[in-house]
Amino acid sequence: MFAFILRRLAVAIPTLLVLIVLSFLLMHLAPGGPFTQERALPPQVLANLNAKYGLDDPLWRQIWNYVYGIVVHFDFGPSFVYPDRTVNQLIADGFPVTLTYGTLSFLAAVLVGVTLGSLAAIRQNSWLDYLAVGISIGAQVLPNFVMAPLLVLVLTLWLGWLPGGGWSFSDPSFWIMPVIALSTSYMASIARITRSSMLEVLGSNHIRTARAKGMPERRVILRHALRPAMLPVVSYLGPVFVSMITGSVVIDIYFSTGGIGKAFVDSALNRDYAVMMGVTILVGALTILFNLVVDILYAWIDPKIRY
Amino acid sequence: MSKLFTTTALLAALALPAQAVQPAEGETLADSQTYTYWLLDAIKTLDPAKNTDVEGSDVLRQLFEGLMNEDATGGMIPGVAESHTESDDGLTHTFTLRDAKWSNGDPVTAGDFVYAWQRAVNPETASEYAWFLELMNIRNATQIIAGEMTPDQLGVRAVDDKTLEVTLTTRTPYFLKTLSHATTFPVPQKVVEQHGDAWTQPGNLVGNGAFMLESHNLGVDITMVKNPNYWDAANVVMETVRGVTVNDNNIGLTRYLAGELDRVQIPAGQYPRLSQEYPDQAISIPYSCSYAYVFNVSDKGPEALKDVRVRQALTLGLNRDIIVNQVLQGGQKPAYSWTHWATEGFQAPDAEIATMTQEERTEKARALLTEAGYGPDNPLSLSLQYNTDENHKKLAIAAQQFWKPLGVNITLNNVEWKVHTDRMQNQDFDMARYAWCADYNEATTFLDWFRTDGYNSGKWSNAEYDKLMADSKTAEDTAPLYKRAEEILAEEVPAAFVYHYSKVDMINPAIKGIPTENVTNAWYAKDLYRIAQ
Repeated sequence: MFAFILRRLAVAIPTLLVLIVLSFLLMHLAPGGPFTQERALPPQVLANLNAKYGLDDPLWRQIWNYVYGIVVHFDFGPSFVYPDRTVNQLIADGFPVTLTYGTLSFLAAVLVGVTLGSLAAIRQNSWLDYLAVGISIGAQVLPNFVMAPLLVLVLTLWLGWLPGGGWSFSDPSFWIMPVIALSTSYMASIARITRSSMLEVLGSNHIRTARAKGMPERRVILRHALRPAMLPVVSYLGPVFVSMITGSVVIDIYFSTGGIGKAFVDSALNRDYAVMMGVTILVGALTILFNLVVDILYAWIDPKIRY
Repeated sequence: MSKLFTTTALLAALALPAQAVQPAEGETLADSQTYTYWLLDAIKTLDPAKNTDVEGSDVLRQLFEGLMNEDATGGMIPGVAESHTESDDGLTHTFTLRDAKWSNGDPVTAGDFVYAWQRAVNPETASEYAWFLELMNIRNATQIIAGEMTPDQLGVRAVDDKTLEVTLTTRTPYFLKTLSHATTFPVPQKVVEQHGDAWTQPGNLVGNGAFMLESHNLGVDITMVKNPNYWDAANVVMETVRGVTVNDNNIGLTRYLAGELDRVQIPAGQYPRLSQEYPDQAISIPYSCSYAYVFNVSDKGPEALKDVRVRQALTLGLNRDIIVNQVLQGGQKPAYSWTHWATEGFQAPDAEIATMTQEERTEKARALLTEAGYGPDNPLSLSLQYNTDENHKKLAIAAQQFWKPLGVNITLNNVEWKVHTDRMQNQDFDMARYAWCADYNEATTFLDWFRTDGYNSGKWSNAEYDKLMADSKTAEDTAPLYKRAEEILAEEVPAAFVYHYSKVDMINPAIKGIPTENVTNAWYAKDLYRIAQ
């Protein structure tokens, strides 16, 4: 197992390098640059800007300087659009926000989704099943960009219970709407995957055996059914967790959280090269990390899997 | 208004004391003097030399103060400058500064302005707005930006702590109007040198405006509090000013209605309803930006657009009344001139097109196209490029429909903003949507765009036009020149002007002192106060 982890981490480094080079090239292929704007800059001003940020160097040198800066100084470079801040600062400001509402949304989605899906499977074709399936279909078809304005309308304007947006680490009332809006559709997917997986497990031989030997139903479910039923859910959750904690542009836009989901999309549109690269690397590294975590969890859940 | 009169008026204004707007009699002030306003996006920088945004300028105007401020109607009033003299040749301007202080208690000196202006043109600063000092025609600005001279050769000098002398390359009628622009604000040298790029962070930032930076959560909110060291602090009523970012305009409106914001922009198309429901809150005021479809008449452009008759036909075919009254619905005005109608001192020529009915225009457009050799047998095909935005899309679809009966087939070409800009600047388009907002309240800010060496992405060029613009720099009375320039634009049609902007906002009636007659929409929180309701 330990060797497996080491091997995977060793592969991660070249993977990230490929990711960096490819993103860098793709980004520079896009027309326009960070300083392309409505009123064209005088050539000399543009030249000064390009010189300041090293954008007049050949591309290979830019990539080299960039990677060198990260590896040696852990410096992701300056932002072209936010000249008062470095990319490190921008990520340090925005990532904790998305990490907070992303993790909470993830927990909410998993708890509610797994419970709903399991109950539906256990009481298949009962009113509980129909209710659970109904809720998850409803949650799935209501996209978060529809739900977000609705939440603000109801919870802020009509009821006056919650602030309509913004962010504070010390005041959880700012967290509630982002978490609801972000978690709902994931919760629905988790519920559906859990339900079908659970149904399959409940129909398998080892469950019939357990029931035949008179094991109490509660124990059959919790001990023998839930764990194997979680396998497809866990493989779904790995990438979902990463995409949740690295933010959602919809949540960031509608609730103005200051998270990095919007920063990422903005950086692409603004050609804010360094910010875009920084967030890409963050998302890439987290994806690699959590795929590994999923693989480890597999081995823990399913004794048949060995590395 | 003649140029002579303008200058005299400015000088007269300079002689007046500059005081914040005060509550009227019978108004009771609210206990909490807080003003919370809507920001569409994050404030990108708080460095006056680097700011390029309207929203950034709004914040900087509270944190810093330049030589001049704008009053509620857009007139220039003294800021840090107490008085001003101009040499006979108009090349040397001398300002006497008042006793003003930085928020840390240090005196604001002429040297602070010299430092700030030199810093803005210094290639090391790499300011995206360095060109603004070129626009002001400050001596040697161009050469310094180009790296041919050193920043200390800029035409600005501190005669002593209280006297600032500015030397221009040429007489510049609009010079004083540029002095309320954020790029010209002083910056504290000590603080900038001590903290580097981080000097604008809360805790580091020192300003000379009526407010001080308290906190700034990027993309969330920015909070400013009253600066006790401001020279006119005794007359400032407002205590706290907060800009709150709400990236979605509709949610912004919901949050305004929930009482979280005191001012918000009205989302497109909602003004008629809101002005019915909230007549005391929904406002529409002229805003000095113009919207146009630029024709590419360069070598890279389509042959058809090089024919002036085709361009005339296209501009005639646009039904601006429908665009303004049915699509935008926010008090915008149809544009038959490039310069915004409300620009100070500007008299639009009596364009024939403005007085015709749409039927007459369409008929004339048909005739012109036939003359140019286009018609049902030989339809004209062009593309219209616009950047991703709901409103640009609506307008482009409308334009497509207006031109269709003329036998003009339009391919709509929706591209992302940077691609749009890049293609425009490389003349890689047939027709492209464009908008220009005034840098200062005078017609050249618009008209310079169409100079041969202006931004002018369609590459239209006209010798008479260039001469008019050059002459206007030294003319005593510029209005006839601007009028003639607009006449040339109307005849030659380098672009189809579509509409003149208005600012369409909801404003909390408890907030007083918000200027509604300044076309640049510059506002100063020092003039605001909240009344009890």
